[in-house]
Amino acid sequence: MCLQQVVLNVGLCIALFDITNIGHSYIFPGDGSSHTEVKFRYIVFRPLVEEILIGKIRSCSREGVHVTMGFFDDILIPVNALQHPSRFDETDQAWVWEYPKDDGEKHDLFMDSGESIRFRVTSEAFEESLPTGPPGTECPAQTVAPYKLVGGINEPGLGLLTWWETPDQDDDADDNEEQENDD
Amino acid sequence: MQILQKLKDNAQKKHKREGSLATVTYETVHYLQDTECKNQSAESIQKFLEEMKAFKLTKSEKLMMVNTPPRTELEIQLIVQESEERLSEENVRKIIDLANEFLPATS
Repeated sequence: MCLQQVVLNVGLCIALFDITNIGHSYIFPGDGSSHTEVKFRYIVFRPLVEEILIGKIRSCSREGVHVTMGFFDDILIPVNALQHPSRFDETDQAWVWEYPKDDGEKHDLFMDSGESIRFRVTSEAFEESLPTGPPGTECPAQTVAPYKLVGGINEPGLGLLTWWETPDQDDDADDNEEQENDD
Repeated sequence: MQILQKLKDNAQKKHKREGSLATVTYETVHYLQDTECKNQSAESIQKFLEEMKAFKLTKSEKLMMVNTPPRTELEIQLIVQESEERLSEENVRKIIDLANEFLPATS
């Protein structure tokens, strides 16, 4: 997306929060405009590594599950960070957690697009990107996202929110629900 | 602590600027509207954090608790590193009660 304002090593800049200091204005020789140093605070999206976030599944591919926050899309949960064991269902183009039940049978838990998913940020990467031309010129497709997150869901409690919901009624046994075992 | 408050302040600020939002800002408002922060006030967050002092959690653990208030023991285990060693069962239950009291779920 050409409109995303990622600042290298800072994060995705969202909006100005406030201005804390406005310095004196100077005019430099040969330059008609005035320059003023301004100190400000900006709202930036940059989760900590190890932080737990909730996003939505955008799509699944052979690389893994693509998660979006709505305002930020470049989040991938790679295959090796999914719950084990998982398989890729070609027909539905979705990853499926083959949850092993106590009786030895497997319960298929589909990771469908649009579902809310809780994941842990395991790493982040900033890529320098070339400046784009002035508005009106074609924006060359950026093949590398300037800011990417890698996440994981291979821990109890992570994955689709519905997987870990405690049932309200005791007789609700068959759905995709897990009971947490107290140690 | 201020960062946590900003998260909530921002949700409100952005409503006022609906008219001229860029795509990212619009999407962020949209995202925040679906999260817990629209129910939270600066006071409720402050009170929650005051109570949390007793549990000696790190800043990031407290931040996660404000952003996604834990409702179950499992969620606390995810947020707090080595929670079994650092928090007794009673503490875990207390945290869940405090989260429900000061950071109630959107109904």
